[in-house]
Amino acid sequence: MIRPDIFTETAAALKNIYDNQLPQLRQLKDWQSKYRILMTLGKTLPAFDNDGHRDEFLVQGCESKAWLLHYQDPVTTQHFWAFDSDARIVKGLIILLLVQLNGLTSEELAKATPELLLTELQLQQNISPSRSNGLLAVLNKIKAVI
Amino acid sequence: MDFDFSALRQQFPFFTAHPDWIYLDNAATLHKPQAVFDAMDQFYSHQNSNVHRSAHGLSQQATAAFEAARTTVAQFLNARFPHEIIWTSGTTAGFNQLVFGLMGPVLQSGDRVLISTMEHHANIVPWHIHALPFGVELDVVPLTAEYRFDLAAFAELLKRRPKVVSISHVSNALGHIQPIADIVRLAKAAGAIVILDGAQGIVWEKMDAQALDLDFYLFSGHKLYGPTGSGVLYGKTEYLELLRPLLGGGEMIKTVSFSGSSWNDLPYRLEAGTPNMAGAIGLAAAIVWLQQQDIAAMQQHKKALVQRFYQGCRQIQGLELLSGPTTNAGIVALNLKNEHPADLATLLDQQKIAVRAGTHCAMPLFQALNSKGSVRFSFACYNSFDEIDRTLTALATAVELLTE
Repeated sequence: MIRPDIFTETAAALKNIYDNQLPQLRQLKDWQSKYRILMTLGKTLPAFDNDGHRDEFLVQGCESKAWLLHYQDPVTTQHFWAFDSDARIVKGLIILLLVQLNGLTSEELAKATPELLLTELQLQQNISPSRSNGLLAVLNKIKAVI
Repeated sequence: MDFDFSALRQQFPFFTAHPDWIYLDNAATLHKPQAVFDAMDQFYSHQNSNVHRSAHGLSQQATAAFEAARTTVAQFLNARFPHEIIWTSGTTAGFNQLVFGLMGPVLQSGDRVLISTMEHHANIVPWHIHALPFGVELDVVPLTAEYRFDLAAFAELLKRRPKVVSISHVSNALGHIQPIADIVRLAKAAGAIVILDGAQGIVWEKMDAQALDLDFYLFSGHKLYGPTGSGVLYGKTEYLELLRPLLGGGEMIKTVSFSGSSWNDLPYRLEAGTPNMAGAIGLAAAIVWLQQQDIAAMQQHKKALVQRFYQGCRQIQGLELLSGPTTNAGIVALNLKNEHPADLATLLDQQKIAVRAGTHCAMPLFQALNSKGSVRFSFACYNSFDEIDRTLTALATAVELLTE
C-alpha cells in the first residue's frame, strides 16, 4: 500500500526546488556547479519505502532503476507524481521534469514539453531513446496516463 | 620496433572529425580505417549487383569480390577451406543460427552444454530459446576469487560429459582473457564440441582455428575495424554439414517443391537470402588493413594503455577495480564505492569521455559479483597515452563531484 502522504510531501519538495534550486541552475554557467546541484535534488524528496520500490512501479528502459508513482485527484483531475531512482543524476533530471508537470491536468500534460528545460539548462543535449538515462522512458510513462 | 602511433591514428577519419572526444567504448564498437570505407565505396560505386545468380558480367564481378572476401577471412583464421566461413550479421546472429542448427543433429533432450559465468547474453539466451525448451541442460563454470575462469571447476564440470562447451575468448565486461588453450584441450579430452566466442578476442590476437583445433568460432566485423552488420561463423566442415539451417530461402536452396526442399552445399546452405555483400567486402578490407599493421606492436600498445590507466586509477580514492591489470585484453571495469555506475559515466560524458555503464550484456556475471554494474573503459590501438592521462583527470573530477 502506497502511503498517500508521499504525494503531498513530494509536491512540497518539488515546489521548493522550483522556487530555489531552479533559479540557481538558470544562473550557473559551468557544468560542475550545475551537476553539483542536480545531484543533491533527490535528497530533498521523501524516501520511498519497500512498497514504493515494488517492481510494478519500475520504469522499463533505464540502465539505472527508476520507480514512478502516480495519483490523480478525482475532484480536480490533477496528476501527481512521486519518483525514486538508484542513480543520482537520473533522479535529478527527472525531478526537473516533475517540477514542471506535477499537478497538471490531462489537457495541460498533453501540451507540456518539460524536456526543453534540460536543453535550456544545458544538462542534456537531447532526449534520445538510449537506455543510458531512461529520461524518454519516464516521460513516456508519465504521458501514458493521459 | 617503434609503433608509429600518429600514422595509425590518421587512418581513422572519426578522430580527425571529432578531436574533442575521447573514445573509450571500443569494446562496444571500434572505429574504422579509411581503407574500409574505400572498399565499400568501391563496391557500391562500381560492382553493385546481386551475387551468384544473375547472368550478367557485373554480377560475376560482384561474386568474385564477395568470394575473395570469404577467402581473405578463411586465410586470416587459418581455416582449411573458404566454405568453412559462413557470413553472419554478427556474433549474436551467428550464435542463434549455431545453437538452432545444433539442436537435433548434435544436441538432444538430456544432453548438457557448458558455458561460463562471464558469457555475453549472446552465448546464453540462444541456449534459452533454442535448446532448454527441448530438454538440454546448461552448466556454468564459476569465477575464481579474482574474477577469472575457474579451470579446476571446469575440469570437474566436464565430468558431467557436456556435448558442447561454449566459452568466450575474452570477457566483454571485464577484459579478462580466458585460458583458451587449456579450455579447448580439456574439453576435447572430455569429448565435447568446442565453440569459442571471439567477439572481444579477435581484435586482441590473431586466431588460428586449426592450431587451436576449434570446432566453431564466431566474431563480429564491427569489433574488428569492419562494418556493422558483418560477421563470421567459422566451423569445421564436418560440423557445419550437420547444422540445420535456421533461415530458408534464396541462395541456400537446391530444389524446392511444395512438398519439400533440398539444400545447397556449404557455405550457401547456411546463408539464406541476399547476403550483406558490402559488409563482407568491408570486413575483408579491415582484415587486409590489419595484416598490414604491426599487430604485435598494437597489442603491446594496448597493454601499456591498460597499465597506465590502471596505475592512475589506483591513485584515485574510492575506486573499486573489477578488472585485473594482467591477462587483460584492454578493458578496465570499475565502480566508485557506493555510487551508481550511471552517475560516474554521465559525469565523464559531460567531459566528452565516451564509456559505457551498466551490466554490459552480462547480467548473470554482475549477479555473481553482487553488483549493479560497472563503468567500462575499453581501449583500442588508436588511443593515446595523452588520452589516458586526460581521462584520469576527468575521472578524478567526476569522483570529486560525487564524493564531496
